[in-house]
Amino acid sequence: MKSAVVVLPGLNRDRDMIAALTKISGTAPVTIWETDTDIPDVDLIVIPGGFSYGDYLRCGAIAARMPVMRAVAEKAAKGVQVIGVCNGFQILVESGLLPGALMRNTSLKFVCREVKLQVANANTAFTHRYKPGQIIRCPVAHHDGNYFADAETLARIEGQGQVVFRYAEGTNPNGAINDIAGIVNDKGNVLGLMPHPENLIEPAHGGTDGRGLFESALGVAA
Amino acid sequence: MTISNTVKITDELIASHGLKPDEYQRILELVGRVPTFTELGIFSAMWNEHCSYKSSKKWLRTLPTKGDVVIQGPGENAGVVDIGDGECVVFKMESHNHPSYIEPYQGAATGVGGILRDVFTMGARPVAAMNALRFGAPDHPKTKHLVAGVVAGVGGYGNSFGVPTVGGEVNFDPRYNGNILVNAFAAGLAKTDGIFLSKAEGVGLPVVYLGAKTGRDGVGGATMASAEFGDDIEEKRPTVQVGDPFTEKCLLEACLELMASGAVIAIQDMGAAGLTCSAVEMGAKGDLGIELDLDMVPVREERMTAYEMMLSESQERMLMVLKPEKEEEAEGIFRKWGLDFAIVGKTTDDLRFRVLHQGEEVANLPIKELGDEAPEYDRPWVEPKTHEPLAKDDIPHADVADALLKLLGSANMSSRRWVWEQYDTLIQGNSLQLPGGDAGVVRVEGHATKALAFSSDVTPRYCEADPYEGGKQAVAECWRNLTATGAEPLAATDNLNFGNPERPEIMGQFTKAVTGIGDACRALGFPIVSGNVSLYNETNGQGILPTPTIGGVGLIRDWSKMARIGFAAEGEAILLVGAPASWGTHLAQSVYMRDIHGRTDGPPPAVDLEHEKKVGDFVRALIADGIATAVHDLSDGGLAVGLAEMAMASGIGATVNQLKDLSPIPVFFGEDQGRYLVTIPRDRVDWFYQERVKDTGVFAPWIGTTGGSELKLGDARAIAVSAMREAHEAWFPQFMDNELSNA
Repeated sequence: MKSAVVVLPGLNRDRDMIAALTKISGTAPVTIWETDTDIPDVDLIVIPGGFSYGDYLRCGAIAARMPVMRAVAEKAAKGVQVIGVCNGFQILVESGLLPGALMRNTSLKFVCREVKLQVANANTAFTHRYKPGQIIRCPVAHHDGNYFADAETLARIEGQGQVVFRYAEGTNPNGAINDIAGIVNDKGNVLGLMPHPENLIEPAHGGTDGRGLFESALGVAA
Repeated sequence: MTISNTVKITDELIASHGLKPDEYQRILELVGRVPTFTELGIFSAMWNEHCSYKSSKKWLRTLPTKGDVVIQGPGENAGVVDIGDGECVVFKMESHNHPSYIEPYQGAATGVGGILRDVFTMGARPVAAMNALRFGAPDHPKTKHLVAGVVAGVGGYGNSFGVPTVGGEVNFDPRYNGNILVNAFAAGLAKTDGIFLSKAEGVGLPVVYLGAKTGRDGVGGATMASAEFGDDIEEKRPTVQVGDPFTEKCLLEACLELMASGAVIAIQDMGAAGLTCSAVEMGAKGDLGIELDLDMVPVREERMTAYEMMLSESQERMLMVLKPEKEEEAEGIFRKWGLDFAIVGKTTDDLRFRVLHQGEEVANLPIKELGDEAPEYDRPWVEPKTHEPLAKDDIPHADVADALLKLLGSANMSSRRWVWEQYDTLIQGNSLQLPGGDAGVVRVEGHATKALAFSSDVTPRYCEADPYEGGKQAVAECWRNLTATGAEPLAATDNLNFGNPERPEIMGQFTKAVTGIGDACRALGFPIVSGNVSLYNETNGQGILPTPTIGGVGLIRDWSKMARIGFAAEGEAILLVGAPASWGTHLAQSVYMRDIHGRTDGPPPAVDLEHEKKVGDFVRALIADGIATAVHDLSDGGLAVGLAEMAMASGIGATVNQLKDLSPIPVFFGEDQGRYLVTIPRDRVDWFYQERVKDTGVFAPWIGTTGGSELKLGDARAIAVSAMREAHEAWFPQFMDNELSNA
C-alpha cells in the first residue's frame, strides 16, 4: 500500500511518522506540502502531530483552511484512508472531517507521558490487528487533547462504534469526555487520535504496541 | 517615539549604557571623535559583559578546549565534537537568567530558542535539549510563579519547535530568591563536512537578513543582563524578547535546506545584541568590513531608529553571506517557509563597520577593534574562605529510615516529574532514556547501535563552601553520570553563573571554580568546547550561590548494552564500586546535614580525580562487557538515596548490610565522591572479584542484595518501595497545586 504524509509549517512529528511508516511498510511515504492540491494516488494519508502555523489560532484551525486540506477532504470522500495524530486530529476536527472539538487539557498544562488505551472498536480499518478490548500502551504529548462533543453527537458516535480508542485504567491525561482518545468518521475511513502510536513501534521505544495501528492501516503482516 | 542620532553624548548617557569612564575614553581613542548615539549603542552592545566576556576572558583561556575528538572549540556559536562515521555532535549551554526573572515564560522560552538557534546555525539538526533551573526558596512569594512560568516557557518553546528535552536540573535555594537561573542546553547532529561557521569570506558579497522581522523587543537586553538588579526591576520588562517557536521551526528547516543547496558562505544567528553583534562577528572573523543599509531591514514596527534596529533582540533572525549566484534559489527557499529574506548589506575590504539609514551614515567604526579591542579586566580577587573539617565525633543522629523518607520527599530531592511531563521527551522517536535517570540518552538516527548521553550538573552548595573543589565536582559528577549509562564522556559545555565580578570575593569564587573545572577536565580528558558566562547575578547586593553548570555529552557505542538505574532483577548482588573502606564518610555539606539538621558548615567532599577516572573507566568496562545489570552514581543524599532511587525506578526492593561498630549515618548519607552502585547476578560475584577487580585497586564491596518490595538499610526499619515512591512523587505537585491562588 502507498502512503502519504502531509507536511505543513510547524508540524514537527512528520519525521517520526515518516520513519514509522517506512519501517513498518518498507516503503517511504510521499510528502505533501501545504499548497499541494493534487495528491498522488495513495491508499493512506497521514497528518502528523506538531504545532501547525504555531497553533496561534485554535489548534489546527489555520491548517484546516490550507489548500492541501481541501484535497485531503476530496480523497477522504472517495474512500482513501486518512489518519490524523495529535495536531493532525485537531486539523481533521477543524476541517469538519471528524465530529467534536479538542479543548485545552483540564490541567491547563502540556502533558507528555505514557498512558493506557483500550481498543474500543477493533473492527475498523485502523484497528483490526488488535483484539477487541485490548489494552495497549501509548505515549501522549499535547496541550489540547481534551475531546468534547455535544450530547447528541456523543450519543451518535458512541452508538455507531466510532469511538476507537479510550484512555484506560484511569490514565485519561486531558479530561476528554468518555475517556475518548480516538474516533473514526461515520464511514470509518478517517481516524483521529491524540496519542502517538508512531513513538512506540520498535524495541528502542521500549515497546511495539503502536505497530498494530499502522499494520492494520497499511495491510502489512504483523 | 523616535530617537535622533544627534543626541548629545553626556556622562549620564554613557553611564546608562553600562560603559565606564575609562571605557568611554578608549572609545574616543578608537573612533577619533565623539561617537554618534547609534555608535554609542553599538559599543555598549559589544563591550558589555555578556558579549565581551571582559571579566572572565583571562580565566576562560585556562580551560582545556582541545582533544582528539574536538572539531570546533569555543568561539563559534557552539562546540563541535566528532562521533565517528563522518558525524558530529554540536552543542552548547547558555543562560537566560535575568530575562527569566523579569518575565519567566518569555525569558525561558527565548533562552531555549536562542540555544537551539546556536546549534542549527552550525548546520546541525537539534536532537536533544536540557534545562538547568534554579529557583529561590519554595516559600518565597515569587517562587511558584517563577517555576510555573519558566517550566511552561521551556516546554512551550521546545515542544513546539520539536526537540526532546531529555534531562536537566531543578533546585531551590534562598540564595536564588532575587536571581533565578535558567541555563538551556541544546545538542544537534551534523555531518563533519557540513559544519557552517560565522567567518565571512569574499569582498562585495551580499549580506542577507533572514527569518523574522525586527521589532523594538529586547532593545538593550544584553546590557541589562550585564548589571545587577535593584528595586526598579519591573521597569526592565520591555528589555525581554518575545519568542515565536513556529518561526524558529520554519527557520530551522529553511536554513538546513539552504545549507544543503551550497549557497551559504557564512552564517551567524542574531542573539544578544542582534544585528550589531552578528554583523561585526562575521566581518571581524573574516578580516572584512561590513556595510549595512538599515532601510532594507524588514521591520514590524514603524519609525524605528537606527539605534533601535542595531540593538533590537527580536528573536528568530539570522544573518548570512551567500554566494551571489545562489541568491534566487535561497530566496525561494525562504519564501516557501514564509520567512523574510532581504539583502541588507555587503562585505567590503575596508575593515569598517558602516551603517546607513535614510541616506545618512549613522555609524562608521573600525570592525576589528569593536570585537577584539573590547576591554579586558584582570579583576582583583581574594582567596575564598576555607572551612575546617567536622570533628570526627560530630555525627548528628537521626533515624535512618525517617531521614531517608524525609529527604526523598524534600523540595530538592523529590521527583521532578511535574516538570518534565510538561516537556516533550519523546519527539523524534529516538529517546532511549528519559529524565529521571543518570543521563538522558538519544539514539543517533540512521545508525544501528550508536547513542548519545547528556547530563547537566553542578552542586552549588559545594561551590559556595569551596569553589575549587565545587568546580572539580561539577565536572566529575557530569562525567560520572554519563559513565553510569555506559557512555564514553566526550566533551562538555560550561555555563558559569556568578554574582558581581567587581567584588573581589565573587571574583575569587569565579577564578577558583574555573581552575577546578580546568583541572578536572584535564584529568578526565573531558574538554570544554563551548560555554557562556553569566555574571552580575545579584539583587540588592546579595549574590547567588556560585553555580558553574556543566553540560556533558557522551557516546554510547552500542545502546543495547546501555545501563539504567532501576534494579534489573531480584536476588542480584549490589556492589558499591569506588567506595572508601567504610563505604561512606563525608557528611559536611551533605543534603542530610542541610535538610535534616539545618547545617551548612564544613568543607564539601573532595574529588580525587585519579580515583574518579580509574573507577569510572572500571564501571564503563563492566557495562560495555555486559556484566552490570543496573548502574547508578552516588551524589546528593549518598548511598541511601542512591539505593532508594534504584528501587523506585524498578519497584524492586533491597536489603543492605550494616558495617559493625560504625555509625550508619555517614555510611548511608555521606556524599563521598567517585562512587557507583552496580548490580550483577549473584552467581558472578566470585568471578567478578577474581577476574574484574583483581589488582585494579578499585574497592567494590558487596553491600547487599536486591529483592522484595522493601528497602532495608542495615538495622533501620524497612521501608516499602511504594511508600518511598509516594513521598518522592508527592512534593512537587503539592507544592505547585496552589500555584494560581498564590501567583
